[in-house]
Amino acid sequence: MTQTVKFYQTGTLTVGNRLLDSDKRTVQASRNRSNALTCGHRACQGCGEALGARYAIDAAMRAANRDLVCVNATGCLEVFTTPYPETSWQVAWLHSLFGNAAAVASGVAAAMRVKGKATRVIAQGGDGGTTDIGFGCLSGMFERNDDVLYICYDNEAYMNTGVQRSSATPPAARTATTPAVGAAPGNVFGTGKNLPRIAMAHGIPYVATATVADLHDLEAKVTRAMGLHGARYIHILVPCPLGWGAASHDTIRLSRLAVESGLFPLFEAEHGEVTATTPIRRRVPVAEYLKPQKRFAHLFRPDAPGAQEALDRLQAMADANIRRFNLLSAEEAVR
Amino acid sequence: MTEHPFAITLDAGTSLANRTGSWRTSKPVYADHLPPCNARCPAGENIQGWLYHAESGDYRAAWEVLMRDNPLPAIMGRACYHTCEDACNRGRLDQAVGIHAVERFLGDLAIREGWRVEPGPPTGKRVLVIGAGPSGLSAAYHLARMGHTVTIADAGPKPGGMMRFGIPRYRLPREVLDAEVERILAMGVELRLNTAIDDIPRAMAEGGYDACFAAIGAHLARRVDIPAVAAGRILDAVSVLRGMETGAEPPKLGRRVVVYGGGNTAIDVARTARRLGAEEALIVYRRTREMMPAHDFEVEEALEEGVLVRWLSTIRRMDEGSLVVERMELDDTGWPRPTGEVETIEGDTLILALGQDVDTTVIERVPGVEVNKDRTIRVGPDLQTGHPGLFCGGDMVPSERTVTVAVGHGKKAARHIDAYLRGAPQESAPKHAVAGYDRLNTWYYTDAPRTVQPVLDALRRQTTFDEVKGGLDETTALFEARRCLSCGNCFECDNCFGVCPDNAVVKLGPGNRFRIDYDFCKGCGLCAAECPCGAIDMVEEEI
Amino acid sequence: MLKQIEGSRAMAEAIALCRPEVICAYPITPQTHIVEGLGELVRDGHLTGCEFINVESEFAALSVAIGASAAGARSYTATASQGLLFMMEAVYNASGLGLPIVMTLGNRAIGAPINIWNDHSDAMSVRDAGWIMLFAETNQEAVDLHIQAFRLAEELSCPVMVNVDGFILTHAVERVDVPDQARVDAYLPPFDPVQVLDPAEPLSMGAMVGPDAFMEVRYLAHHKQMRALERIPELAAEFRAVFGRESGGLVRPYRIDGADTVVVAMGSVMGTVKDTVDALRDAGHAVGALNLCAFRPFPLDDVREALLGARRVVVLEKALAVGMGGILASHVRMALRGFGNRVYTLIAGLGGRPITGDSLADFLRKVEREPHYDVHFLDLKSDVVEAEIARMERTRRAGPIAENVLRRVGAGRAS
Ligand SMILES: Cc1cc2nc3c(=O)[nH]c(=O)nc-3n(C[C@H](O)[C@H](O)[C@H](O)COP(=O)(O)OP(=O)(O)OC[C@H]3O[C@@H](n4cnc5c(N)ncnc54)[C@H](O)[C@@H]3O)c2cc1C
Ligand SMILES: Cc1ncc(C[n+]2csc(CCOP(=O)(O)OP(=O)(O)O)c2C)c(N)n1
Ligand code: SF4
Ligand code: SF4
Ligand SMILES: [Mg+2]
Repeated sequence: MTQTVKFYQTGTLTVGNRLLDSDKRTVQASRNRSNALTCGHRACQGCGEALGARYAIDAAMRAANRDLVCVNATGCLEVFTTPYPETSWQVAWLHSLFGNAAAVASGVAAAMRVKGKATRVIAQGGDGGTTDIGFGCLSGMFERNDDVLYICYDNEAYMNTGVQRSSATPPAARTATTPAVGAAPGNVFGTGKNLPRIAMAHGIPYVATATVADLHDLEAKVTRAMGLHGARYIHILVPCPLGWGAASHDTIRLSRLAVESGLFPLFEAEHGEVTATTPIRRRVPVAEYLKPQKRFAHLFRPDAPGAQEALDRLQAMADANIRRFNLLSAEEAVR
Repeated sequence: MTEHPFAITLDAGTSLANRTGSWRTSKPVYADHLPPCNARCPAGENIQGWLYHAESGDYRAAWEVLMRDNPLPAIMGRACYHTCEDACNRGRLDQAVGIHAVERFLGDLAIREGWRVEPGPPTGKRVLVIGAGPSGLSAAYHLARMGHTVTIADAGPKPGGMMRFGIPRYRLPREVLDAEVERILAMGVELRLNTAIDDIPRAMAEGGYDACFAAIGAHLARRVDIPAVAAGRILDAVSVLRGMETGAEPPKLGRRVVVYGGGNTAIDVARTARRLGAEEALIVYRRTREMMPAHDFEVEEALEEGVLVRWLSTIRRMDEGSLVVERMELDDTGWPRPTGEVETIEGDTLILALGQDVDTTVIERVPGVEVNKDRTIRVGPDLQTGHPGLFCGGDMVPSERTVTVAVGHGKKAARHIDAYLRGAPQESAPKHAVAGYDRLNTWYYTDAPRTVQPVLDALRRQTTFDEVKGGLDETTALFEARRCLSCGNCFECDNCFGVCPDNAVVKLGPGNRFRIDYDFCKGCGLCAAECPCGAIDMVEEEI
Repeated sequence: MLKQIEGSRAMAEAIALCRPEVICAYPITPQTHIVEGLGELVRDGHLTGCEFINVESEFAALSVAIGASAAGARSYTATASQGLLFMMEAVYNASGLGLPIVMTLGNRAIGAPINIWNDHSDAMSVRDAGWIMLFAETNQEAVDLHIQAFRLAEELSCPVMVNVDGFILTHAVERVDVPDQARVDAYLPPFDPVQVLDPAEPLSMGAMVGPDAFMEVRYLAHHKQMRALERIPELAAEFRAVFGRESGGLVRPYRIDGADTVVVAMGSVMGTVKDTVDALRDAGHAVGALNLCAFRPFPLDDVREALLGARRVVVLEKALAVGMGGILASHVRMALRGFGNRVYTLIAGLGGRPITGDSLADFLRKVEREPHYDVHFLDLKSDVVEAEIARMERTRRAGPIAENVLRRVGAGRAS
């Protein structure tokens, strides 16, 4: 046997493991992780956004040697972390407005550049703050190739204001502004934005998608992004138990199923070209992902109008992703 | 506190003042659930426990955990029928962990390295063990660890019982057997060979023993009446196998050997006959292959070695150089019944392998001892007979007759004898619930890479009975150990520590696992859901 | 150095002398020449250590400035009119966060109807946004106020808006003394922020503040502006000491002694006002003027003191609180509350309508006879509005007033 002994069999997918070399463990496995987002925050139980933000910023903190500034858009992440008199952030952090995080970050980056500091800059916001109201500033930041990593925590609606539809809300999903009533309940089909692909169209150095279900993948992408300069974009799917009508313990499982169903493809792109995709390990039909979420409950009610058709269309979307990103290619055994 | 504008700007990390634990309605609690392998190990091994150490390459620690329950790992890694592997959760994922192979690796390593076990501080109590089979050896070992003075008396010329006089060499090399017995004796256990005990109370009184464990096995071959012209050509399997070990020359068998029976002994004796040069070894069994008590892999290996089998047949008569057999068929209930169709087959030797009974003569006279209808000895849950201070185990008490059960009895008896000697009831730890497959979050377990997988597969399939093939080497053993899912027991994968959105899991460092910080835990349940091995329970909070 | 120079260019050079570190702007008439000038100064190497960022909107422009300022860089932007409204959310935000950004507002009317000419509607629309608001009378003062603005902003951690009248100042070529670098450096020390995004000492800036502290935050913002009332005259005095000329301050009276009628105004219109005062004084009228250099904080005391002796106060203002009347006039009335002075509201120059000395003198002569004018629109085309009002009465539906008015005044369709 020429293979060196590695930790293949009890799981390289876990957060850490006593048997792994420390460089093979995630940042989250370390007792010295920065906990950029620390305890006492007011996110709901099982909030994917709280988790995703700590994952991403801790990884970025490590990559940047803690020389990092974060700019935050208005939204749940901002509200649950910084209600006076307490903040949960342990990173230099600035909140300005809902729609200007990317521009504010450009300003911070410009200041650092002009002052000759190596400090890295991250802007972050929810899907609403990113795909809708902050889109202009984001596109401008991309287009100027400002040295900012923008991270979108996509929970697929305006959660902080009570679950209204955003341009990242998936078709058929029930939100407060796309109620599950009428002939075509939930959000309409054929609308919305695919921001990762729009970001790619800007030709920026790096674009990636990630979820809170695969920490190794997420951290690798954040680390990769931090290793580059110029405008970079990472889009992280972060289930919201409240808005999705899901159990608080299902946050990670749902992220996983979103990927495994093909609805949320994981990929990386550089300068507008896809450079890598994360293959699906155990493919599941979309229904398996949708069913635990109350926002899709109307699709599973017997004789609900158009339910089967909607399910078929969602499945077709997943299938199209799988084709587009070639997600069923043989899994690499070693990563 | 830095100087900064009021309210709009805040000092880092101040939210620690906000104890979100008060939001909780249920709380995560770490629990050690019983892994299914452990639950199914007749010797009561903490398999997951020793695999945990083997995974990290700390074989000494692994071996020590293993030796807490089983003093014969090199033997068991070969001879045990490993029911643990049938129960192994990994079997539902791909293939069961090759527990026996790792066990054998550890056992062999210990022999090679000369690892020893120290006896406990002397208690001054003396225990007589009758029979140096696995059960007696196991009891002696455990009693010695507890500090008791142990003497083993065995009627035979060499220790090991059926491990030596039953199980053939090619499955259990005698050096291995000798080495593991020797290690027990090195703890100060006295072994008296060629010492048949015929009066237990007297032997105890004369030797000044405070308690006795009898494990004399089941050695009387069962017979059936088969009319024969030359009865001398009808042998029994136990005698044949025993002859392999005791006689100066191996027993003389004919050219065409017919074995009657369907158990492992039948297989062993047929394979032995082949090895002794019989041109043909044919097993005749009255039921179907599925009904055979012999293990599938043993049948498979026998067939590979050229042993022939006639299923659904009974032997009617033995003639000179031939036998008459009757074909059986299955009735509507799937039970075999005679058809009346007979056939003649060639055969010059018939070996009966129809099972063994206990020779109860030595024990049935002891006051208080009761003998069951099937000739086994009646014992209580503490393995004690009706005669106070006399305990029995192994093949002579009602149970499955395997080395592993015998070893388990030895341990159990030792604990109860110890309690008996101390005059205190033996307290056994409460049993944990079994960590079934549905407790696992199997997503996190990955497979071996393609380059390693086939090698492991082959090794896993290997019975290890064939010493020519050999066991795992260190590298493969490590791979195999690392396939363990650690069912129901934290293996420090850091998942809970990582997935808590509230940083409410405290990592205590290598070997110390984790702690929940209930000041901040909101009770979302993510840690429990994402624990790969199901080591966390969610418990309702009392509100 | 004295130069014959366009106002915008002079301001650009003065701003460059203040060593800004981040400049970002989005083009809008009449601000364009200022930022074009700055862009050039950065590109040609005159202004080093400065990032010039072309952003995609005014909202982004001020947002970039917010980020840069929070990170400790001296930050500057400029806009006008629609652009100011487009960045409105950030305008409040910059002051709420206490970031010492300096912004030039090339004052211009707000549409619809879209109009590129000068008035003060834009400035008045952000009068309560928490910024310090200074108004320049001349291009010389525009230059000087920018230098003072950075000093003031950074001392108080409060953004400052320098208002310069669109076209009238921004595009006028005149003699301006653009100071030398050494003197600016002597007056304006490097930026030393009271709070900064520093990874070595991480803070959370921009927290959410609820009812338990919001009032206090607002009170403190108000307090800061009250402090500015003291600092503005002091800084103007210091400026005089370094540069040898009078610029800035809170209010500047003109021939106010013994004046019965005092005209109050802000910005470049003071030139016309002063000429008119001179002419009327020559003709024996007791007229004077008061220039308001600082509108936020509003110098109530100084205004009162200057005006107490005047029987009549005419507030000439280039903005209209639609449905209410004068804005500046309301402020002046506030200063004079409890005293007997009569305050007139004179709305003038909206959307760039020329304010002529004749019309102003006419009005001042009229008020000497003391009729009561609640709100007076200087040079309003009464026939046009009356006809439109009549038409509206007839049709009883609101039509496109702008177009109708245009048709009536014969200027053709808006293009
Ligand atoms: C051919 C064969 C193959 C087998 N293969 C396997 C296998 O692969 N795996 C497995 O798990 N099990 C196997 N078994 C079963 C297994 O060997 C027995 O279940 C096990 O050995 C029982 O152990 P024991 O200690 O109870 O008795 P034994 O092993 O039978 O030992 C009893 C001992 O007591 C001694 N003794 C008896 N009477 C007296 C007396 N009066 N005084 C002193 N000493 C006395 C005997 O000499 C003997 O040494 C096999 C059995 C046979 C026959
Ligand atoms: C200009 C502006 N418009 C609207 C809002 C109200 N608002 C605050 S947070 C929010 C929703 C945020 O949604 P998203 O960006 O998806 O983040 P989430 O809360 O879902 O994490 C909205 C609509 C605002 N603060 N500012
Ligand atoms: S509403 Fe959703 S995104 Fe917001 S804190 Fe709750 S779980 Fe998180
Ligand atoms: S995976 Fe490990 S702990 Fe689980 S049953 Fe198999 S050997 Fe035992
Ligand atoms: Mg959202």
